[in-house]
Amino acid sequence: MSAFTDPPKESFRLGMLIYDTRYRSMTIQIVALIAFLAGAAWLVNNAANNLAALGKPLQFSFLWEPSGYDINQRLIEYNSQSPHIRAAFVGLINTLIIAVMGCTTATILGVVIGVLRLSKNWLVSKLMTVYIETFRNVPVLLWIVFTMAIFIETMPAPREFRSGAATMKLFDSVAFTNRGFYIPEPLFSNSLGNIDVFGIFKISNDLLAVIAVLVVSFLLQRAVKRRADKIQEATGIRPVTWWQRVGLMFIPIVVLLYVLGFHLGYPELKGFNFKGGIHLRNSLISLWIALSLYTAAFIAEAVRAGIMAVSKGQSEAAFALGLTASQTMNLVILPQALRVIIPPLISQYLNLTKNSSLAIAVGYMDITGTLAGITLNQTGREMETLILLMLVYLTISLSISSVMNWYNNAVKLKER
Amino acid sequence: MKKSAFFGALTVAGFAAAMASAGTLDDVKAKGFLQCGVSTGLVGFAAPDSNGNWAGFDVSLCRAVAAAVLGDPQAVKFTPTTGKTRFTALASGEVDMLARNTTWTFSRDVDLKFTFDGINYYDGQGFMVPKSLGVSSAKELDGATVCIQTGTTTELNLADFFRANKMKYEPVPIETNAEARQQFLAGACDVYTTDRSGLAATRATFENPDNYVVLPEVISKEPLGPLTRQGDDQWSDIVRWTLNALISAEELGITSANIDELAKGTNNPEINRILGTEGNLGGMLGLDKKWAYNAIKAGGNYGEIFEKYIGEKTAIGLSRGLNAQWKDGGLIYSPPFR
Amino acid sequence: MSDVAYVRTEMVPEKAPPASQVGPIKWVRENLFPDIPNSVLTILALYFLYLALSALLPWIFHSAVHANSLNECREIIREAYGPDAVGACWGVIVDRWHQLLFGFYPQDMYWRPVTAFVLLLVALSPVLFSQVPRKMLMFTAVYPFIMYFLLWGGSIWLPLSVMFGFVLAPISHKIVAPLAGNLAGVIAGFAVPILWWGLAAGPVAEYLHSVAPVGIEYIESAKFGGFMLSITIGITGIALSLPLGIVLALGRRSDLLIIKSLSIGFIEFIRGVPLITLLFVASTLLNYFLPPGTTFDIILRVMIMVTLFSAAYMAEVIRGGLAALPKGQYEAADALGLDYWKAQRLIIMPQALKISIPGIVGTFIGLFKDTTLVSIIGLMDPLGLSNAIRADQAWNGILWELYAFIAAMFWIVCFSMSRYSMYLERKLQTDHR
Repeated sequence: MSAFTDPPKESFRLGMLIYDTRYRSMTIQIVALIAFLAGAAWLVNNAANNLAALGKPLQFSFLWEPSGYDINQRLIEYNSQSPHIRAAFVGLINTLIIAVMGCTTATILGVVIGVLRLSKNWLVSKLMTVYIETFRNVPVLLWIVFTMAIFIETMPAPREFRSGAATMKLFDSVAFTNRGFYIPEPLFSNSLGNIDVFGIFKISNDLLAVIAVLVVSFLLQRAVKRRADKIQEATGIRPVTWWQRVGLMFIPIVVLLYVLGFHLGYPELKGFNFKGGIHLRNSLISLWIALSLYTAAFIAEAVRAGIMAVSKGQSEAAFALGLTASQTMNLVILPQALRVIIPPLISQYLNLTKNSSLAIAVGYMDITGTLAGITLNQTGREMETLILLMLVYLTISLSISSVMNWYNNAVKLKER
Repeated sequence: MKKSAFFGALTVAGFAAAMASAGTLDDVKAKGFLQCGVSTGLVGFAAPDSNGNWAGFDVSLCRAVAAAVLGDPQAVKFTPTTGKTRFTALASGEVDMLARNTTWTFSRDVDLKFTFDGINYYDGQGFMVPKSLGVSSAKELDGATVCIQTGTTTELNLADFFRANKMKYEPVPIETNAEARQQFLAGACDVYTTDRSGLAATRATFENPDNYVVLPEVISKEPLGPLTRQGDDQWSDIVRWTLNALISAEELGITSANIDELAKGTNNPEINRILGTEGNLGGMLGLDKKWAYNAIKAGGNYGEIFEKYIGEKTAIGLSRGLNAQWKDGGLIYSPPFR
Repeated sequence: MSDVAYVRTEMVPEKAPPASQVGPIKWVRENLFPDIPNSVLTILALYFLYLALSALLPWIFHSAVHANSLNECREIIREAYGPDAVGACWGVIVDRWHQLLFGFYPQDMYWRPVTAFVLLLVALSPVLFSQVPRKMLMFTAVYPFIMYFLLWGGSIWLPLSVMFGFVLAPISHKIVAPLAGNLAGVIAGFAVPILWWGLAAGPVAEYLHSVAPVGIEYIESAKFGGFMLSITIGITGIALSLPLGIVLALGRRSDLLIIKSLSIGFIEFIRGVPLITLLFVASTLLNYFLPPGTTFDIILRVMIMVTLFSAAYMAEVIRGGLAALPKGQYEAADALGLDYWKAQRLIIMPQALKISIPGIVGTFIGLFKDTTLVSIIGLMDPLGLSNAIRADQAWNGILWELYAFIAAMFWIVCFSMSRYSMYLERKLQTDHR
């Protein structure tokens, strides 16, 4: 074996950096890195010089100065004396609200429409096709301003309620006006008060109590069900438990609500506006409707593609096993379709969240409207506000995609 | 013009070389035109017609400066700016001056490093309501829904006013005047608030202007004027004194009709100094002797411009009020040309 | 033998099938009322259709086409269809169609964007349809310069001298490569055009222009508006984002760690933020990142941002195509001894791009729709113009007609793009199943 000699030890030459494939990739990378760093440094340096020349170097201290403006939709305490950072936070919450509301309704609508489009009913499937093609091929900004315009022009103004030209609906509990919808609000006469979270915002103890009771009842009734399952498996006889489960689900919450003195506060026309109740503003509703309808068209297509991707043999096999149509859908088709549907669904959720930044077109005060809108205008700090805004959206996007990717991995076909 | 067109083409292609940032005056003379930032469209103040020609009260000031510097009131290019982009456009040198109903405030002057070169319109924030609401004072607006045009000082004034009077309100922020008009007319808001000149201009476009009233309260001082970058005093002086020349011209009775007559020489030494027949004020500014003559000739004196675009005979129908000459009880006042 | 026989001697005449099994009735029964839930759905759908059409049709057809203001419109409609009639006022479209299409572009120059658009179709034809002769691709390559020249105008020498830079690349490669080796040739092929563009192109064009002033009137981009602006931004973004997207996709799949992480960082950053924030950057921040005194046209700034934005999405679409390609294709390319770029150009990319066609066209459609966002930063795209038109005294308060017109225009363009992508998918389908 010692007959083999080692290959002649090559001395390193500079040309090898380029011609030798062992080193070439390294060279390319280092050149790219240097070019990137130099480019970035040049840009940052320019920006720093320009900003210094304008006398506004990069600093975020303005965020703690009073904002001076009011925001209509605020879920945490805020007034015009609060700092800009709090205004941004109010906007962030509004962004999250519209994103969650939009994603929920878009998913429901999208699934229904996607399934209906595959319906054997000619009229319904054609209508759904028309819906999808109409919404997909027109810009979402146009839908948003269009919905807002319909809202403002066709709904009655509050003054028409005074003159009797319009009336409240549902036993005088709900008012549909062009300023938004006024719906009853839950009130507690024996309220437990609020918890102050680090002095930043408050959480209602009543809400926490309701949620806690609901979760506990749910877990308890699941436990009852599990026990029944076990007995059934062991003995073949299923004990009758539905009344226990219904009772566990409803009695505790009813008792709690009674103890807390739950009642509804109804909106009433007082002065210029309706007072009391929850005010769902026209900007929120039109943004919500427009984003949901637009995104639903895309989700419907994804759902349709997902269902079509499940081969016909699967449903035939399910029928052969004697499963009913709904069992086939729930146990065979949907779980398989879901794997195809989820990746496009993730990107639609991301799109909807990012599209919610168009709220600025209808005056919904999301984070683009507060931080990159009024705060930017009032302070003139473009660099700082836009950096913050991008960071916020980046964080939201990355969290959505990581959560959904985690879920995707959980349901994905396990291949070995 | 050919040359500037060429430069423009180069810019578009992305080959813009860094221009030597000498004084703005030299830049403007070298370019051969003035780049003026105006609003994206406000009736009477700055609006393009269907051919894209800009006209209006603010636009006239740009034209006067162009006439003073270059001798040609048409040598202006207009950059429409929004409330968000206006200061960046000026700071980054995209425009040479800003003539866009911008309120002179402490922080803008000091913190944002701009120079305000005088006041061409004294405005104040007001409220407009439908008559049917039965409101006669802004103090009765507790609980009202208020449409505000965002991106201005109006939001801050509004918040201050309602807080000081311990009243509540529901702000509805709106981007453009057209949308504010739509929401206001549909009753989606009870009150529309912006500068009183803007209210008057908007009200003039209503089908039944008489059904709406502008409330008497003026909740803020809004001195509007042209801006330049801080640190270029020569350029700021030119803009400031062009405005003053227009104002003095009205005071001294120089109009676009009689200016050629007066330019031959008069008994009034101040008129002679302004029109360049006596002394060399233009030279001190780095301009030629005829600078003020050209500026006034471009669109008339301050009063003429006012009457032509926003005065009582126009659809907007603003009376002179605070913007009358000081001799007539107004605030419009020019330092002497001496 | 009686002749009673139970054998039929002639055929029973064919009877028409029962009415429920043929023709429209069968179709209706099978497709609209097969069972109770479907019947309910059908009736609901019919009711919905009735509601929508009864609201829309009178509005669309009780309309006034020739009017100079909204009030005039209303009067015409009242006279023609009774005092309570509400109808569309198409007069605003008739009056302002030129603005909605061309913005403030000078009216006597409309032939330029129209020619550019027609030539665009010619230039696209060899890309879109395989029946067109391949020679036409030459025209496609030159087209961007023609489009620039037609839309902006100015001296003809500028686009020519920029174009010359592309000619310089292969020339300098050919000259240098035999003298100093292939690598130096490649470097020269990149460096010489860049030097030319950076240093010489401008002055040379200016010199040539002073010698032979050939050109058409220069139109500044502030005059661009309406659908012309949307299409210009859209086309530029589409044309530039595809190559950029390919490069980014290759970068993301590369083995080189630094290049890979730079690509990932860029793609994820751009995809993580809304387009509107990038447009805010274009309108307020971009100038800060350049040396003091440099100013860029706002439309150019927007084009840059839109291109970067769609390039990131494009990269992900193409990456999907690359990932879907069987590993055997890569191995086969290696086995043939092709180097990286040859393998990409001849084997990988043609297949990967084919797989990703639906995604690519989807990105194009999205990009074109997203051009409406520029109205938020004050550019006069159709939506921005609709605001300007509404600010006009004569058309104060008009709304639906403008929105309907804009929506219809966008719909036509986007719908045809999506249909084309379906056609292409069918045409390129090479696997037979």
